[in-house]
Formats: sequence, structure tokens, C-alpha cells
Amino acid sequence: MSNAPVDKGRRRFLTVATGVVGGAGAVGVAVPFIASWNPSARAKNAGAPVEVNIAKAEPGQMIRVKWRGKPVWVVRRSTEMLDGLKTHEDRLRDPNSEEPQQPSYAANEYRSIKKEFFVAVGICTHLGCSPSYLPKEMEEHVEGVESGFFCPCHGSTYDIAGRVFQGVPAPLNLVVPPHYYVDDNTILVGEDKGQA
Amino acid sequence: MANKFVEWIDARIPMTKTWNIHLAQYPAPKNFNFWYLFGVLAMLVLVNQILTGVWLTMNYVPSSEGAFASVEYIMRDIDYGWLLRYMHSTGASAFFIVVYLHMFRGMLYGSYQKPRELLWLFGMFIFLVLMAEAFMGYLLPWGQMSYWGAQVIISLFGAIPVIGDDLTLWIRGDYVISGATLNRFFALHVIALPLVLVILVFLHIIALHEVGSNNPDGVPIKKPKGSVPDEEKPKFKFHERFTKKYDIVDAIPFYPYYIVKDLVGIGIFLFLFCYVIFFMPEMGGFFLEPPNFAPANPLKTPQHIAPVWYFTPFYAILRAVPDKLFGVILMFASIVLLALLPWLDRGRVRSIRYRSILHKLNLAVFSVSFLVLGYLGTQPATPTSTMFAQIFTFLYFAFFVLLFFYSKREKTKPVPERVTS
Repeated sequence: MSNAPVDKGRRRFLTVATGVVGGAGAVGVAVPFIASWNPSARAKNAGAPVEVNIAKAEPGQMIRVKWRGKPVWVVRRSTEMLDGLKTHEDRLRDPNSEEPQQPSYAANEYRSIKKEFFVAVGICTHLGCSPSYLPKEMEEHVEGVESGFFCPCHGSTYDIAGRVFQGVPAPLNLVVPPHYYVDDNTILVGEDKGQA
Repeated sequence: MANKFVEWIDARIPMTKTWNIHLAQYPAPKNFNFWYLFGVLAMLVLVNQILTGVWLTMNYVPSSEGAFASVEYIMRDIDYGWLLRYMHSTGASAFFIVVYLHMFRGMLYGSYQKPRELLWLFGMFIFLVLMAEAFMGYLLPWGQMSYWGAQVIISLFGAIPVIGDDLTLWIRGDYVISGATLNRFFALHVIALPLVLVILVFLHIIALHEVGSNNPDGVPIKKPKGSVPDEEKPKFKFHERFTKKYDIVDAIPFYPYYIVKDLVGIGIFLFLFCYVIFFMPEMGGFFLEPPNFAPANPLKTPQHIAPVWYFTPFYAILRAVPDKLFGVILMFASIVLLALLPWLDRGRVRSIRYRSILHKLNLAVFSVSFLVLGYLGTQPATPTSTMFAQIFTFLYFAFFVLLFFYSKREKTKPVPERVTS
């Protein structure tokens, strides 16, 4: 044992240096544990676009398809539905679709490419439930509005263009996914036109 | 022979000493009432959950393809599989019943007050882990409620600004709830969280035995050393760890006295528990919800979704707020405020028996609000129910605010020197 006086400064430096290096090591070790929770390569690849045949859709009918595991709706809107859209714009949070909840080609008053067909991801922007489609019974939830979407989980309401009403928990309009018309009877959900 | 064996052990680990400190010579106040059963019942249910859980794991298949069918397999084809599963599912609800009553006991008798703040905090952590455990367990049967319940709860984290969306993606491990989510929840539910839970329960008990139990009078049973004449001291031997610094009064050893009392309580509890298991395991849709008997369908939310009953008070608070982020904040705040009780209550008198009328009313209103919110959370959202939820959410939070202000100068009744019998 040596009886040399303790160099406190050096001891503190070594303690701190050891602590910092050890801490960096701990952070490094944490990386694989945290990163392994990210979506796997397989999950990332499962996002292939989906074709929807709309030839047989009647006015007022909804077609549900699955894209990236989520429900996607294609609603063929009747003329009354489309005419009704203007009547309640003062009661909507974002009537002009200013929030980026849709591709630019759907940022219009009908939130769609062709006004007849409304394509949307059927997931409530509040907490992710799938709202119910109410082609006639929307009056129960919003006065003076005949058709729209009602989320059973927390009572959020959307009009038939997926625009959210005021005074409900959902903050944003329904998401319109990228899509385009392959031909008059087919919509491809999951890709913009010209993208391959 | 047996003595020699005990000696041999004691020379190597402190077996007898631990037994004495924590049971045979542990001084517990003599005036415990009915409310003091729920701690031991919570431990009993924890053992039940671990035991039946391990057995369920033997036949459960943690994958989105196999989960639902394997639960049906356990229910129909495994000998006594139905019993093991109902013990586990009923145990989950029983756990929350006894824990809520246990927490309410703490509020009644001011058990969270100094010096039991850390004890209370460990308890709150146990409550949090228990909620996570129950939530993840509920996803495992992969029914409609499992799926959409998890979807809603995970989406709560999406309300956090900036990182919200990435965080929910990370938790799910996929763009929607999927097999990846199911598998990680399974791992957490059967290994990680139970380990944490058991460690927290251990710390909870160590903290309790360090400061000693409170009692319905809220009066300490530890008196300054030398202040109590010998004839007033109980005729029991307590470990010197407790008698070294204090004179202990009005106490009895935990073993055998409270063990025997608890056994009676356990008997009554098991009677009720078995009744539910055998005659109403679904509890009218409250313990096991009807939509969960249909396999998960990512395209369709059930008409009416609600969490299991033990989450509904907090769920009602979430739903009462017409703003996503603020709703989530308020829901978490409702739990954080409970954890802060030791500091929000600035009074010195512990037990409700000696506190003001105002405090009694306040606690009563709080309890009623909690129950009403619990009821509202099970009901579909209508404008009327939302309005009531808002009123009772307000009252729930008002409890903490009022308590903070009046407790400093509360008009209390005189507190007795010693516990009453």
C-alpha cells in the first residue's frame, strides 16, 4: 500500500470519465432493444396498393376494402348527399380542407377526385375506431344533416365528405388516401397517378 | 433434529429473524377493521393470477392467427381449461375491486400522510403496472374488444404533440394493431410486468413494515421511549427492532392474530370469487364483454365499445373533453393527482373519524363521482351522458383542489391519545 496523498481531482476525473463511458455503453446497448420495436421489414412491405371495382356501386352504397391493414371506404354519393354538403359548413372544424388530411387533388369542396365517389381511410382521427356509415340516420347525431359518419367510441361526427363537426373529440377530417382512377370502373387505392 | 436444522439455516440466512420481524413479532395496531383485509386479498389474487397465468400460457398461442382459436381450445378441449381461464379473467376484475377498496381505505384513514408517502407512491406504481398488465392481457384473446380497445388506448399516445404518431407506430410495431403488437404485449404481460409487479409489491411491504401500519383512528402506536408505564404495554413480545426506539402500545403480533382474522376474510372472499367463477364468469358483460366472443376484425368497430369496467372512470374523463390532447392530459392527471395526495392533503389529522364535515362531504362527493364516471364510461356517448361526465369530472378534480385549500386550516375534532377499540 502506498501512502501517497490522494489526488482528489484526478480521482474525480476518473470517476466521471468511467461514468460517462459506461453511460454511453448503456445507451448503445439500449438501441437494439428499442429499435426492435419498430415495424419489421415484412410489415413495411405489406403496403401494396389495392384495386377497387366500382362498376356495381349503387348511389348511397359503401364498399369496404383493406389497405395496409386499415379499412378504406369507397362511398358512391347520391346527388342529395352532395347537395347537402354546403348546408352545414359553418358547423365544421375545417370545411375547406386546409389541414393536410388529403392529397392535393382531393383538397376540394367534395374531398374527392370525382365528386360522386368519396374515398377515405375509415379510421376516426380521434382514437382510431372505425366510424359507422349512416346514409340516412345521421339526424340522430347532427341536426339537419342526413348522411355522414358517426364514431361509436367517443361520439365524433363527420359529414359525407369526411369533414369533422365542431364540438366532438376528433380534431381532424378523415384521411383521404392516395388513389387514382385506372379506368372508369376501377380505383387504385394506395398510389398517386403516374407513380409506379 | 428440527431445531438443529433451523439453526443450520439461521447461521446461513436470517430465516427466523425475518419471520419474527415481519410476522411473529411484528406489531400491528389492535383496532384494524374490515377495511384492512384488502391488502392481503390483493396478494392472494396476485398469486392466483400468476399461477393460473402460467398454466394458461401452456396452451395459449400468441399469434394473430392462433390466439382466438387457442383460447376457445382452452375453454373447450383442455381438462379444466375453462376453470383456469375463468379464474384468471375473474381474478383480473377481483384484483381491481380489492385494490380500489384498498386505496379507498388509505383515503378514509389518511394512510398516505407522513411518514407513509413512499408507501403510497409504491402503491400507486403498483396500480399503474396493474393497469398496464390488465390492458395488455385483454388484447391476448384477440377478440373484437381486445382489438379495438387496444387501438383506442394506443392511439391515446398519438395525442402527444410532435412525437405522437411515431410513438404509436413504435408501440404497435406495425401500421395497425397486428400480430407484432399481440406478441410484444404477450411478452410484457407474462414476463416483464409481473416481475416489476412482484418487485413493487415487495417494496410496498418493506416500506409498510419500516413505518408501521396506520389504523382506523390514524393515531400512532409508537410512543416516545420510556413514556409508557409497563402495565399499559401489550403483553406480547415484539421484535427489538420495533421496541428499541419506541414504546409500542395497542398492538398485537401479526402472526398468529391477524393471519387468523385474514383467513376468515379470505374465506368470505373465496366464497364470492367462486360464485362468480361458477355462476356468472362474464358478470353480465362487465368482466368479459360480449363483442370479445367474436374474433378481431380490423375493418369493423363494434357498435358500442367500452373498456372493461375497471378502466371506465378514467375513460369517461377522457371522453368528457371535446379535445383530443386535453382529454388525454386530464385522464392521466386524474391518476397523477391521486399519487400526489400526500402533498395535496396538508392536514395533520389522518382519520376521517376526526376530520371536518367538509372533508367528509368532499370525500363522499369524490367517491360518488368516481362511481358515476365508472357507470358513464360503460354507456354509449350521447350529449346528455357527455354533459354528466363533464359535471362529475369537474367534481372529481374539485376534490383535490378543495382538499389542498381547506386542509391547511381544517376544523378537526380532538384526536385521542390512544386508539379506540
